[in-house]
Amino acid sequence: MSKKVEKSRGEMISFMLNGAEVQADPKWSLLEAIQFYGISIPTLCHDEGLTPYGVCRMCVVEVGNGNRTKLVASCMHPVTGGLNVRTHTSRVIKTRKMILELLIARCPSSKKLQDMAAMLELKEVRFDPLNDDCILCGLCVRMCEEQMVAKAIGYAGRGMDRYITTPFDMTSDECRKCGACMFICPVCELRCQGPQAETTLCSGCINTEPVCASIYGEAMCFMVPCLSCIKKPEDVKA
Amino acid sequence: MNLSSVKELEDLRKKILSGRDLDKPCIAVCGGPGCLAKQCLQVRDEFIKEISAKGLKSKVDIRTTGCHGYCERGPIALIFPQGIFYQRLSIDDVAEIVEETVINNKTVPRLLYSDVEAKQVIEKENDIPFYKMQTRLILSNNRMIDPNSIEDYLAIGGYSALGKVLGSMNPPEVLDAIKKSGLRGRGGGGFHTGRKWEATRDAPGDIKYVICNADEGDPGAFMDRSILEGNPHSVLEGMIIGAYTIGSGVGYVYVRNEYPLALKNVMLAIKQAKELGILGNNILGSGFSFDVKVNRGGGAFVCGESTALMASLEGKTGEPRAKYIHTSEKGLWDRPSNLNNVETWANVPMILNKGAQWFSDIGTESSKGTKVFSLVGKINNTGLVEVPMGMTLREIIFDIGGGIPGGKSFKAVQTGGPSGGCIPENLLDIPVDYERLTEVGSMMGSGGMIVMDEDTCMVDLAKYFTNFLQEESCGKCVPCREGLRRMGDILKDITEGKGRMDDILLIEDLAGMLKDASLCGLGTTAANPVISTLKYFRDEYVAHISDHKCPAGVCRELITYGIDPDNCTGCGLCKKNCPPKAINGERKQTHVLDTGKCIKCGICYDVCKFEAVRKE
Repeated sequence: MSKKVEKSRGEMISFMLNGAEVQADPKWSLLEAIQFYGISIPTLCHDEGLTPYGVCRMCVVEVGNGNRTKLVASCMHPVTGGLNVRTHTSRVIKTRKMILELLIARCPSSKKLQDMAAMLELKEVRFDPLNDDCILCGLCVRMCEEQMVAKAIGYAGRGMDRYITTPFDMTSDECRKCGACMFICPVCELRCQGPQAETTLCSGCINTEPVCASIYGEAMCFMVPCLSCIKKPEDVKA
Repeated sequence: MNLSSVKELEDLRKKILSGRDLDKPCIAVCGGPGCLAKQCLQVRDEFIKEISAKGLKSKVDIRTTGCHGYCERGPIALIFPQGIFYQRLSIDDVAEIVEETVINNKTVPRLLYSDVEAKQVIEKENDIPFYKMQTRLILSNNRMIDPNSIEDYLAIGGYSALGKVLGSMNPPEVLDAIKKSGLRGRGGGGFHTGRKWEATRDAPGDIKYVICNADEGDPGAFMDRSILEGNPHSVLEGMIIGAYTIGSGVGYVYVRNEYPLALKNVMLAIKQAKELGILGNNILGSGFSFDVKVNRGGGAFVCGESTALMASLEGKTGEPRAKYIHTSEKGLWDRPSNLNNVETWANVPMILNKGAQWFSDIGTESSKGTKVFSLVGKINNTGLVEVPMGMTLREIIFDIGGGIPGGKSFKAVQTGGPSGGCIPENLLDIPVDYERLTEVGSMMGSGGMIVMDEDTCMVDLAKYFTNFLQEESCGKCVPCREGLRRMGDILKDITEGKGRMDDILLIEDLAGMLKDASLCGLGTTAANPVISTLKYFRDEYVAHISDHKCPAGVCRELITYGIDPDNCTGCGLCKKNCPPKAINGERKQTHVLDTGKCIKCGICYDVCKFEAVRKE
């Protein structure tokens, strides 16, 4: 992004990243620095062109030394000198998986989430699915406000009842129907059709087999091969 | 009147004191929240009526004060100068008190506190065991002053710390005193107040804010409320001193709108202080200006979190943000902001008056001074207690609190509000300090202390607090929003007998994730009730899951009611009160309960005088 180029080339500061001493611009967030060094960590509510929001917590990394370590959201955390950052410790991975499990249980139809599940080797979802359409990452709200300068949508409700809507749930004059919110949405961009695997969108997706249903009610796991049931896709489709 | 120097303040104090006769009888009626609910205002009005009827209006003062602490015994009245403590008053008792005590200088024994064990009545407040064991530094002034009178506050030495600071100390000296005193945040975090002030003072920027957090939302806690209602000037004085030290010109008091009296009293206190020139431009002629604004909170628990509170002050939705850059650098409107709790601010004038050394002599190695706790739940002496740090929980609960009512046995105490942990009997001898409470899986919090007896189901309790936090979660970050929802669901299943052994592991996974990954303090501590009950009362979870039994007999789905034929006298009381008419039987014959019709309301259990109704 042009944003980075504009930044002055001031003093670089060094910190430890997965055991190696690296240098970074003090204006970067930890996530920017980590990505700059080619390390891939999953994010859901982050976009380069938007203000970091720090809510999905997928980008957590472990910082600190010895027994005094903690998890921080790398998209919000500034790069500070002497920081000891580790991006793939067992604590980090366990946390990311748990968060993803919660999100998939909320929103099983998202292909992005399903693909992430495959990437993180999430093997089972232990919660009943809610079949919601939104993970409340807030990308659309920030897109609308910051890039489209419309402020047509925002949050309503609190806690579990939180949702994204137009003011007073009515058609808003502010909305120019530009579609940027849909473009940036990680959930509605591509729909995983789950068990109805015949549709075009889902043909590319092989993480569709419903297993574990006998144990976990209507919940399902999306792993191929499904390790808990030891079935392969061929077995299912045959 | 506008005081333009410290000397004028002291002259005013002398003038007020010279006009006061310390031996003049005064009736101090407690006007705290507990007593208010028990109609103390009617009692006070009766006192006023009675005193004027007897023609004593000019000879006796009547004062409505803030909370005295002993809510269990309200409405309370203290008769000065003797300091006689009358309890559980009703308007019918007023005439007798005026006649006997005010006029004839005798006591009314039936209205005095009676010690059951020692079999004696106690006249003086300070001799009552509940008060005797306490060290009331902050709360003691509540009973001495009318919160609506700045003269009362000046008469007990109020604003003398401010006078001292503005007259003879520079900000680094004040900062040094606060740092030396070892005062730590009373809102729960326990961060060193001096260091926080220093960070805000040193942060670059010309506009800085000081904020008083009075958004106390924990169930069963009313410490901050009582301080703000009973002695608002002490909080203001602390804030002015803080602002002077930090170099701030504007302060905010963020009060819950559910605390109308606190709101009224603090607004009046600000008005009075401004009229005297103690607040506003050029305070006491020192050249230092500071203004305080009051902001009413909309009732969201999460707005007690510092960044959410600041967002709310800015007019935005009360949601927290990441604190990787501290609020002392970028807080309210991205300017350096120093936020302290009500009790922390109220400690400040005391430290400067009596010295940092005096303050740091009280308490333990790492926790200094006193702490106010609201002692509630299954306890004999419900109320506010102020104890030195380092007192053991056992002393607080059994010596001050008077133990568990009804001969029941103690089960656990939850400290630190909804996000605190439950501490079992065998850990009651730990001293109350920030570190020790955290070590055992609880926290100091803002000072809620909920005592539970054997009739409390720990799974049900964990479910209650998880549901509370789930409702109060702002919903911004995934761990807190989704994690607490799932945790609540699982706990609900367990209390309904639908739990599986795997669920315990799943809860532990969820709890670990909540603690590690949540955005703010609400989420990171939300799992404490669950983690601590799992740690100390795991057998209860197992009993719910594998035996389908609730040992405490609380979870409705897991208990059945029955009538013991040996004890039943056939009085018919249960039959008469049973809503679904599930109990049958002839008079003076053993009654029978139809479990098919029973809705498990528990009314029969409560009304039976012969312990014939069993709960299994």
